[in-house]
Amino acid sequence: MKRTPASTFIIYGLLCSLSVIFMAPLAWMVSTSLKPTQETTSLPMVWIPRAYYATVNGQRMEVTRDNEVSPGMWHVTEFSPTTWYTHTPATAVVPGSQIETKIRPRWSNYPAALSIMGGETIDVDPKYLPNHPFGAGEDSNVSFWTFLGNTLTVCLLSVVGAVFSNAMVAYGFARLKWPGRDWLFAATLATMMIPGPVLMVPLYTEFRAFGWVGTLLPLWVPAFFGGAFNIFLMRQFFLTIPEELTEAARIDGCSEWAIFWRIVLPLSKPVLAVVALFTFLGGWNDFMGPLIYLTRKHTFTLALALQSYQSRHNGVEWNYLMAASVVVILPIVVLFFLTQKTFIRGIATTGLKG
Amino acid sequence: MKPSFRRSLTGICFVLPWLIGLCTFTLYPVIASLYYSFCDYSVLESPVWIGGENYARLVHDGAFWLSLENTLIYAGFSIPIGMVVALSLALLLNCRVRGTAIFRTIFYLPSIVPIIASSMLWLWILNPSFGLVNQALAPFCHLFGVQPPGWLSDPAWAKPALILMSAWGVGNSMIIYLAGLQDVPETLYEAAEIDGASKWQQFWYVTLPMLMPVVYFNLVMGIIGALQVFTQVFIMTDGTNGAPAQSTLMYAPYLFATAFFDLRMGYASALAWVLFCIIALLTLLATKAMKEKINQVR
Repeated sequence: MKRTPASTFIIYGLLCSLSVIFMAPLAWMVSTSLKPTQETTSLPMVWIPRAYYATVNGQRMEVTRDNEVSPGMWHVTEFSPTTWYTHTPATAVVPGSQIETKIRPRWSNYPAALSIMGGETIDVDPKYLPNHPFGAGEDSNVSFWTFLGNTLTVCLLSVVGAVFSNAMVAYGFARLKWPGRDWLFAATLATMMIPGPVLMVPLYTEFRAFGWVGTLLPLWVPAFFGGAFNIFLMRQFFLTIPEELTEAARIDGCSEWAIFWRIVLPLSKPVLAVVALFTFLGGWNDFMGPLIYLTRKHTFTLALALQSYQSRHNGVEWNYLMAASVVVILPIVVLFFLTQKTFIRGIATTGLKG
Repeated sequence: MKPSFRRSLTGICFVLPWLIGLCTFTLYPVIASLYYSFCDYSVLESPVWIGGENYARLVHDGAFWLSLENTLIYAGFSIPIGMVVALSLALLLNCRVRGTAIFRTIFYLPSIVPIIASSMLWLWILNPSFGLVNQALAPFCHLFGVQPPGWLSDPAWAKPALILMSAWGVGNSMIIYLAGLQDVPETLYEAAEIDGASKWQQFWYVTLPMLMPVVYFNLVMGIIGALQVFTQVFIMTDGTNGAPAQSTLMYAPYLFATAFFDLRMGYASALAWVLFCIIALLTLLATKAMKEKINQVR
């Protein structure tokens, strides 16, 4: 099909303007995360974080532009890296032309945001869960790295569990014959239709009976026992591996486990990668699970820590909140760029919802 | 041991993890949930059988009806808008101009942003005074002399705010549409062109019918996802309060609050089963409606 230059131009125009719309929120997030607090709520908005300098009371200093009192004249206040002052700040009204502007991203927002995220007293509203230990004090000052460690623990254990258990089970469905197999497989597919909320309450009471509430266990142990969708996905893949290959090994006296481990698994790397990737993402993004099961701050995952931070600081220090959000997003974006092919294949071939 | 018995045993050994998982994390919970839905149950004490009372109470529960209404409104707008946006983006990407891979990445990227972080982001972007959206709208609002929307602080605009946010994260369905578009055989377009079909006619009579299975898939996924919307509502509208003025009181957050804040686990289980029935019913309706269209092509 030949395309006229005009229509090519229109297509590019649409693609570019839509790209701007889709990227603007993320760019705005990064921009906000690098601004001093005062600048996040100053109008007109600026995209590139700046620092302003002016002469106040005969002294050259960094200032905050408060408002334009009359055309061209600005009320400025001595800059403070925090939202409070240890002394009465110097103020002045100076002409806009005398305010010097420098581009200056505040990278220090990032360590500041991370330490605010960690350093808080106990964070669970007592009304949240019945068995909350109310152990105040002990949970204060948890470092950001604890949240990251918890998140990685959940994600990595889930990945290991999901890859091995689902592969094993899928092999049992795809390559072995045993009575009741097809019936169980149909039942497996049927369980995919049960929405999460139906299982929410009984799973909670179950994990509570195990004594697992307040620990990370409910978030990763189930991964070791398979999941209907991943079993289905892997079974479909295993079915495409030629039967002759496994049959030949069987004749040579290979055990089923050896066939599975040494022949089928190495040939199934693409599907294993898809399951591993989406399990990792699921763990990283999960919010409801941690919200239900994690009651003490030192067990929080990043998602829950971010929410508990936001619920305390809502609407004040947007720069820190955005910095913390960038920190939560960044590993996922990096992971995406490293594994783009797996990502796209995973979604396109399975219709998986990330 | 007979070899056939041995083979069966091997098979069962391989699926053993799932047998345990299915019973522990699916079958038992489903049965327990059904039982709890006929009980008064606070977790702290054992469930007490009360028959169908939970379901009878639902009928007179204003919050239940309101949350259902809000959720259906949210789903009713976010699903079709999301489908149109995703399909439009996929069609644009399918034009096969240079740089498609970059544009695809750009449109897809928002959908991998963890929902918790994108909720924070949109909370800030929709800030009525300092947010990006209202900053961008300001010139237009000024031109027409209207107030910019209050978004999450205005009961009339809170649901549109959530819908707007959902349209930003359509990357997944876009990729699925794109895969569907690339599966449409080129020969069909060539034949249509020879028959003198315009671009629009080609889209309407070739592309869209061929895409129907993908549309159906995305529709069903959309129904399941939108009716269970939780995290962004929880973060952006003050937990389970549905602020402002209960305009964003949604079904899943209401269920969550009933179970874990009010500790009415029995009633929450009844709510969950009603949700299951609604999802099943809507999926069935979607299947009925789409089946004919899919069959026409095959």
